[in-house]
Amino acid sequence: MSYNILETRNLVPDVNLMKVEAPDIAKAAKAGQFVILRIDESGERIPLTIADFDVDEGSITVIYQVMGKTTKQLTTLKIGDTLQDFVGPLGTPSDIRKLGTVVMVGGGVGVAPVYPQARAYRGAGNHVISIIGARNEEMLILEDEMAEVSDELYVATDDGSKGHHGFVTDIVKDILDSDQQVDRIVIIGPPIMMKVGAGVTAPYGVETLVSLNPIMIDGTGMCGGCRVSVGGETKFACVDGPEFDASGVDFDLMMSRLSLYRPQEKEALESYNKKCGGDCKCH
Amino acid sequence: MSLKQEMPEQKPKERIGNFGEVALGYTEQQAVIEAGRCLECNNPLCVTGCPVNIDIPGFVSQIKNKDFDRAVGILKDSNALPAICGRVCPQEEQCEKFCVLGKKGEPLAIGRLERFCADYERDEGIKSPEKPEPTGKNVAVIGAGPAGLTAAAELAKAGHGVTIYEALHEPGGVLTYGIPEFRLPKDIVKQEVDYIRNLGVDIKVDYVIGRIKTLDELRDEFDAVFVGTGAGLPRFMGIEGENLNGVYSANEFLTRVNLMKAYRFPDYDTPIKCGSKVVVVGAGNVAMDAARSALRLGAEEVTVVYRRSETEMSARIEEVEHAKEEGVIFNLLTNPVRILEGENKTVNGVECVEMKLGGPDESGRRRPVPIEGSEHVIDADIVIVAIGTSPNPVIFAGSEELETTSKGTIVVDEDTMSSLEGLCAGGDVVTGAATVISAMGAGKQAAATISRYLGDQS
Ligand SMILES: Cc1cc2nc3c(=O)[nH]c(=O)nc-3n(C[C@H](O)[C@H](O)[C@H](O)COP(=O)(O)OP(=O)(O)OC[C@H]3O[C@@H](n4cnc5c(N)ncnc54)[C@H](O)[C@@H]3O)c2cc1C
Ligand SMILES: Cc1cc2nc3c(=O)[nH]c(=O)nc-3n(C[C@H](O)[C@H](O)[C@H](O)COP(=O)(O)OP(=O)(O)OC[C@H]3O[C@@H](n4cnc5c(N)ncnc54)[C@H](O)[C@@H]3O)c2cc1C
Ligand code: SF4
Ligand code: SF4
Ligand code: FES
Repeated sequence: MSYNILETRNLVPDVNLMKVEAPDIAKAAKAGQFVILRIDESGERIPLTIADFDVDEGSITVIYQVMGKTTKQLTTLKIGDTLQDFVGPLGTPSDIRKLGTVVMVGGGVGVAPVYPQARAYRGAGNHVISIIGARNEEMLILEDEMAEVSDELYVATDDGSKGHHGFVTDIVKDILDSDQQVDRIVIIGPPIMMKVGAGVTAPYGVETLVSLNPIMIDGTGMCGGCRVSVGGETKFACVDGPEFDASGVDFDLMMSRLSLYRPQEKEALESYNKKCGGDCKCH
Repeated sequence: MSLKQEMPEQKPKERIGNFGEVALGYTEQQAVIEAGRCLECNNPLCVTGCPVNIDIPGFVSQIKNKDFDRAVGILKDSNALPAICGRVCPQEEQCEKFCVLGKKGEPLAIGRLERFCADYERDEGIKSPEKPEPTGKNVAVIGAGPAGLTAAAELAKAGHGVTIYEALHEPGGVLTYGIPEFRLPKDIVKQEVDYIRNLGVDIKVDYVIGRIKTLDELRDEFDAVFVGTGAGLPRFMGIEGENLNGVYSANEFLTRVNLMKAYRFPDYDTPIKCGSKVVVVGAGNVAMDAARSALRLGAEEVTVVYRRSETEMSARIEEVEHAKEEGVIFNLLTNPVRILEGENKTVNGVECVEMKLGGPDESGRRRPVPIEGSEHVIDADIVIVAIGTSPNPVIFAGSEELETTSKGTIVVDEDTMSSLEGLCAGGDVVTGAATVISAMGAGKQAAATISRYLGDQS
């Protein structure tokens, strides 16, 4: 099949937005779900969270960070180009309902998956407190969009160039230490941030959800490559998740599984860069 | 005693260096000589062993006459995918098992002759089928494996509009993602799929039913539905260390190799880690395919570990022989109890225990029991778990009314009709993991049932 790219935009250095025509997926998509795409015949299948969907336009928006070969190649695609495969919506949708107060935490490109969830929690009548973070002001994404769907918005940067000087998890701790009643916390970002975040919230006993991002292939429960350990049980993140209760997640296992193909990923990127200086769409 | 014609093959030393097909196929001369052995029995027992009842003496006698076109015609009357069945059917358990020649010598090489005809047809250029009169009815087929493809072909031939929904980006099911190139070249699968497209079947890939649409929505949109989603959910052993880096399900390992072409990395982007010492757990076709793929990816030593003995292995004899010739080691009556952890959560060996066979179990096979104190470690950095699969429940999401068994298979009657009106199912999703030809037989039966059902409707 072939899927038209309707829009591409650079948000901040190494983070791009891409809107793809996929009317059937847009109709079925819910917050918390993801797609798997493949650029061309020799491409890898990579999962990206649905950052936005528009039923009328029949489109799905993803926001991705340039990590290796595939995401680098994605940046070379323009409006009117096509992706060979775009599969979704995958994963179990987030359990969105009225709970009271929900704290949404997004770090780096993790703000992208937080956005549709924050909007949905707000839509369900919750008081939404959002905390978004990045390395520095220049790397912060979706601030305006998040402000629009949150009752309160806090910003943290590692270098203090904007908002709180430090980690998003510091603000989470402050909120938990205050009198504020919190009914659920959702943390999405790099694995290490989710691990630290889970550690911060655990003593308070507030339900904390994280969205796991192990290596995937099919996204339908067929390969078992995405398995993670949650509460001592093996789960397939692509169908049982990607969202899980943070308290039981074996983050160290997930992080080590994510590193399995490091040498090959490096080789793939190097061979891609060599072939075309990394700036064309050959290969 | 009459013996069958030998199959030309790539030599073991040579073939473990490539993914090219191992069995090369009969020459025309060999096919005619082999066909000459058939007695053309009046009451051909061989046919009773074929799940789709191919007129075996019929097509074989046309080979004898060197009228290969007619031979192909007879085959295609009963079997839309002869190039595939001729290669992967467990013939020794089916048609050939019943051949009378087998009583005094070797049975007729029916599968090889079937393959010969299909390959002949491919060389000549497959003729486009005639388009039938449209009935105006539309049927959705879910899953493009052998069951779905066969059902779609038969339904299209009956004049119904057919749309196939397939979750992966390529049609073919296990034929595409599971069975390796060296046993079933993917060009052959593509050609058979193209034939089905030429019948007017619309194949929508990248469609995961249960996610993008539910079964109920498809039942509203179409006049009837066929579910042929296979048994794709991998089982694990549930032992310590099974989530370590380097432990694969056979499905993942084979999908990386076959569907994603990891053996051509970095020309293809998907990587695979093959390691130097590979342990494969299980002894079915899937285990043999995984073991032989690992060798071709450059593993130094590949060991198949199986808790029962050689007689209970479910893989085809031919595949076990091929694996042995290629140097796969068989550690039978051995069961893994723990996968040992190395640096950074990688695999560092498999602890196993020796087994002996006790009394028969529910399956009628002798139950393996561990021998106390026989623990030992097999050196390994990669473990591939090939102990079976069950139906993937994603298809049922949002449609809980469909009756299923405790094993997750769909309950159907002898005509393949499920508990929901107008919804038939067949293949591995009904039987659990079985064979290509039985899935095709079910697809064919379902198409007949659906045509009858649609006829009653109008
Ligand atoms: C459910 C899910 C949702 C995700 N959503 C987003 C998102 O919204 N935005 C975003 O920027 N990233 C997201 N990711 C991560 C994204 O899939 C990877 O960054 C991407 O696959 C990297 O591919 P690459 O070829 O560019 O880099 P590579 O060089 O191949 O890999 C870089 C790193 O990405 C990870 N990775 C590699 N291949 C895969 C794979 N097939 N599946 C998952 N991870 C892989 C590994 O940790 C690897 O070390 C998500 C992952 C999952 C599982
Ligand atoms: C490695 C391996 C080797 C084998 N070797 C042999 C052999 O030598 N001889 C033999 O006879 N048999 C062999 N078998 C068994 C044989 O391949 C299967 O019995 C047969 O393919 C079953 O056919 P099927 O059409 O029922 O299912 P499958 O071939 O499994 O096809 C099902 C299709 O449905 C798709 N699907 C699943 N869920 C959904 C969904 N929700 N929405 C849309 N699509 C979906 C899948 O992606 C798949 O393409 C082997 C199996 C394996 C795994
Ligand atoms: S389809 Fe299979 S069982 Fe039937 S004749 Fe051919 S090889 Fe034998
Ligand atoms: S049983 Fe054997 S000899 Fe008789 S018709 Fe069948 S293949 Fe020929
Ligand atoms: S990605 Fe294959 S089972 Fe989850």
